[in-house]
Amino acid sequence: MSKAPASAVLPATRWIDGSMTARVRKRYAAERRFKALGFAAVTLSVAFLAFLLVTMAAKGLGGFTRTEARLTIDFPRSDLMIDPAALKGPDAGQNVMSSDLEGALGQAATAQFGEGGADLFGGGSVDFLGDALVDDPTLLSKRAELWVPLSAKADSAAKHGGEPGLEKMLAKADTRRVFNTPFLTSSDATDPSAAGVWGALKGTFLTIMVTMLLAFPVGVLAALYLEEFAARNRWTDMIEVSINNLAAVPSIIFGLLGLAVFLNIMNLPRSAPLVGGLTLALMTMPVIVIAGRNAIKSVPPSIRDAALGVGASKMQVVFHHVLPLALPGILTGTIIGMARALGETAPLLMIGMRAFIASPPHGITDPATVLPVQIFLWSDEVDRAFVEKTSAAIIVLLLFMLMMNGLAIYLRNRFERRW
Amino acid sequence: MTDVPVPIPTDTAEPPVTDTRTPKMSARDVRVSYGAKEALKGVDIDIHDDRVTAFIGPSGCGKSTFLRCFNRMNDTIPGARVTGLIELDGQNINSPAMDVVQLRARVGMVFQKPNPFPKSIYENVAYGPRIHGLAAGKSEMDAIVEKSLRRAGLWDEVKERLQESGTALSGGQQQRLCIARAIAVDPEVILMDEPCSALDPIATAKIEELIHELRGRYAIAIVTHNMQQAARVSQRTAFFHLGEMVEYGKTSEIFTNPREQRTQDYITGRYG
Repeated sequence: MSKAPASAVLPATRWIDGSMTARVRKRYAAERRFKALGFAAVTLSVAFLAFLLVTMAAKGLGGFTRTEARLTIDFPRSDLMIDPAALKGPDAGQNVMSSDLEGALGQAATAQFGEGGADLFGGGSVDFLGDALVDDPTLLSKRAELWVPLSAKADSAAKHGGEPGLEKMLAKADTRRVFNTPFLTSSDATDPSAAGVWGALKGTFLTIMVTMLLAFPVGVLAALYLEEFAARNRWTDMIEVSINNLAAVPSIIFGLLGLAVFLNIMNLPRSAPLVGGLTLALMTMPVIVIAGRNAIKSVPPSIRDAALGVGASKMQVVFHHVLPLALPGILTGTIIGMARALGETAPLLMIGMRAFIASPPHGITDPATVLPVQIFLWSDEVDRAFVEKTSAAIIVLLLFMLMMNGLAIYLRNRFERRW
Repeated sequence: MTDVPVPIPTDTAEPPVTDTRTPKMSARDVRVSYGAKEALKGVDIDIHDDRVTAFIGPSGCGKSTFLRCFNRMNDTIPGARVTGLIELDGQNINSPAMDVVQLRARVGMVFQKPNPFPKSIYENVAYGPRIHGLAAGKSEMDAIVEKSLRRAGLWDEVKERLQESGTALSGGQQQRLCIARAIAVDPEVILMDEPCSALDPIATAKIEELIHELRGRYAIAIVTHNMQQAARVSQRTAFFHLGEMVEYGKTSEIFTNPREQRTQDYITGRYG
């Protein structure tokens, strides 16, 4: 032993002794700490999400319902002057609204609930009455009993209280809560009880379609070209850096660009889904290019070799093999980009989509607004009834996004291939 | 591998060949460089259509690089530069008159790792004929697919499940599917780049058997790490070392009576 070479001087490794056991224990402790931290992080994020959803639901679900009161209106004896013939044809809606419906409603309410009864009803109630008359003109000759939606104030008092005068009045009335269909079918209005998200929803849909039709093909072709055909040199490096930077540019800058280019130079219509879509397409395209390039890069080179080996041309390799295999990744990236565009407000404010639009757009050049902008506008309103509407609109937006993300997952699973 | 005796092929298995005949493919002074690094330093070789030619040598000796010159697969590697003359039936394959897509159909390739397309077995085989327009209709395509799978010795194993994914097959079956895919476009030459290195011994034996059966129908060039394999399947062997072709001759002679010391050292397992 004494003449052992230098390497043999090292003591034999002791796998079982006190210090080794301590090291093992320390390693396990570190692992447990790491797991606990990870679990805490997940719990925290889930808690935040739950808090958000619960608050939204608590505040917003009321926006999907409305309170109605039973009201007896004696049309023949009211001051309402409408020719029953005017209730037919395309102008019926306009004719009925130009008559003094509000007066007739107030009269009936006062008769039924006493002084101040007219406060129970508002703009939404008048709209309802007009629609009811157009639907059934025979009402004009009857003493009719109708479920009429309350005004926004009275509705809020019925749901949350806080208005002693109105509450006293409500106690006398026969009320019920029903699903607020007009919230989903009507557009923005100054009266919260008549305001709905349909216009904004349609505007969002049109805008996203324009964005999708532009950004997807351009983004995918750009990604394919850069990844498969372009030579690797300083120019492509520069383009790559620019695209990465573009993806990180704040969206308001894109709004300014859209304002300068599409409105001021190209003179496209203001507030239109066309311009909104173009602006959002500019913003989404870099995201699609980046996601697309990553997806294309992850297609195994052996597949390219295989196709080239049987004599496929470069384009056949790309379109027969690379693109189909990269498609799930490209679609996922695209839909993430779309979801981001869907929630975008700032650039759309710049191109005038913050206007008050009371009728849904019929095409991509009509003035329109989109859901996030609608939420922004409503959150700015002084009327307390809009708080509920804002939350309800947020729920609609979240559901829209949930649907899009669900679609992304479905498409990914549908097209994903393993090799 | 060092102590395993290399089986000595019998010359009776070899077809009578005269090297004075025009070769199917020939290479003269082929050099390949990646950037500043020269991977292949001037190689001359002839490949005849009635025999199997094996390229052996230690890792990094340039044998795979050389094989990929014959169907210009090196074109796809950025920075690779190929010089020298390579001819297919006397025509320079690097000349502008040669269409690279057609060249790759005429000179098929089987890769190291089985790489079937993630499509059905049928589609894997039918892809080549389809893009080259070799079949006039469904029945003709069916016939091509069956013929190719039969030649690759895979037909009986897959005829009941042609619509199943090619990637669901076992490794050896996948490699035979890749051979069927190469055969389907009716090539004149088949290049095999270590086709058995990812396979187990039984699958390897099947591929070797298949190479025997394909011999004579196609000119075959095979790169292999496995010297016994070279001895078993080839009639000509070229030994590569550090980017040079050290020795080229009848397989039997290379393995029993090499002229060069380096060849001797390699086949006896002194390095590699």
